Amino acid sequence: MNWKQEWKIAAWLLGAFLVCFYLPVHSERFQTAVIESLQLVRWYAQEHVILCLVPAFFIAGAVGVFVSQASVMKYLGPLANRAIAYGVAAVSGTILAVCSCTILPLFSGIYRMGAGLGPASTFLYSGPAINILAIILTARILGPQLGIARAVGAIVFSIIIGLSMSWLFRKEEKERSVAAAAMPEPEAGRPLWQTILFFASMIGILVFANWGAPRGEEAGLWHAIWSAKWIITGAFAIGFALILMLWYNIGWIRLSVVALLVAISAWLSFGVLPIADKFQPLLPFSVGVLGLSTILSIRDDEEGEWFSQSWFYCKQILPLLLIGVVIAGLLLGDATEGKEGTGIIPNEWVEGAVGGNSLLSNFLASLAGAFMYFATLTEVPILQNLIASGMGQGPALALLLAGPALSLPNMLVIHSVIGTKKTVAFVSLVVIMATISGLIYGALFPTPAIQ
Amino acid sequence: MLIQVLGPGCKKCQTLKENADAAVADLGVDATVEKVEDIVKITSFGVMMTPAIVVDGEVKSVGKVLSPDEIKSLIGG
Repeated sequence: MNWKQEWKIAAWLLGAFLVCFYLPVHSERFQTAVIESLQLVRWYAQEHVILCLVPAFFIAGAVGVFVSQASVMKYLGPLANRAIAYGVAAVSGTILAVCSCTILPLFSGIYRMGAGLGPASTFLYSGPAINILAIILTARILGPQLGIARAVGAIVFSIIIGLSMSWLFRKEEKERSVAAAAMPEPEAGRPLWQTILFFASMIGILVFANWGAPRGEEAGLWHAIWSAKWIITGAFAIGFALILMLWYNIGWIRLSVVALLVAISAWLSFGVLPIADKFQPLLPFSVGVLGLSTILSIRDDEEGEWFSQSWFYCKQILPLLLIGVVIAGLLLGDATEGKEGTGIIPNEWVEGAVGGNSLLSNFLASLAGAFMYFATLTEVPILQNLIASGMGQGPALALLLAGPALSLPNMLVIHSVIGTKKTVAFVSLVVIMATISGLIYGALFPTPAIQ
Repeated sequence: MLIQVLGPGCKKCQTLKENADAAVADLGVDATVEKVEDIVKITSFGVMMTPAIVVDGEVKSVGKVLSPDEIKSLIGG
């Protein structure tokens, strides 16, 4: 019996058994928490998966395939201009961090063979923090303010952290590897403006399909856009189809078939079938998604690779998100759309610990974020409920900035690359930066903009 | 022949290893397929983007999950 391998499984089984043994099924609070957790799951499924997550998966997959990684990498090499290296390191996470575990080898590579500790630290922090999917979901569920603050905060502070690390350890010899970095092959280019339009069309669909209902006034630009949102989304979709046909080798016949099916299902949904208003767009949108998936998935070329990447994200993330939502619901209840969430953890505790905008609440949120492990995107439902249970906006941002970049297991790996002293410095810098950003944001924008 | 698959342990790297195993089995060559997961070791190959494949000490592909056929052509099949 190989205990070294088996002890983890044994511990999990024992833990799960104890939980089941002591399950407080008769407690009313527990029952409410379970129901609310399921309500939250349903809300996510109805409101966010089809219109928001699915387009986001397509966008993320496209970034992995159509944006040239080799050309980005050359800005992070040993001969790169330092100032540019910091800037590139801060934003390239969106392009380079295709697989979340690519971040660590890249970090190690930039540190040992590339531009050095500073840009490497910048990349290490910002990579997970500006994950496209996370920003999209944050903006959608927690409000565009927090989404933008998260992206901007991550980029700005990643540069500050990188510069600080570089300065703190300036006297140490950096172990530079003699071997030149092995770069991925440069890919045959598509003119940049075509790639930009391609992404713009997808982002247009994403943004306008999810354009929220205006709160309050009937007049105004926001309201006008909202009334026309499906027409605008449709226009972007047609643009997207044209781009696919012109520059991405997709046949016009297939695209037309899909367009026809979408049009028919739209006519059915919006006019003929008895579907509630808010669910009407889901059918044509789903038909469009399924059509696109069918067209792409049978291909062997770059476009087929695009679908494989998107599908990979879907497989990896949906189950984790589901688990995250279930746990968030159990612990804090369903607090969507103005409901008073009741979970296992009383709201008073949350308010006491991380409510308002004090130095302590920001610091606690930051610390919790740093050590807790958040599987990709799970920070969003958890944060949504924390905010509804009384967490302040400042501490919320602090958690968003410290959470994805760090976790206990992550710290152990980082430590194997740069050693204890530098790891401690890095973690401390992240916590401090997150706390400060939280304080500033909380002071400027204390009212949440949650839907 | 020594084939090393470099990757810290996510799905992509595992898939590359499986594909490498399949390629070797298909060709019937005398080769060992090894997975390298230690980050520092991976960096020492000069590799920054995983997954990557190294054949007899030479880095052959970086940042892509190659299909068994593509791997076969790398090892001379």
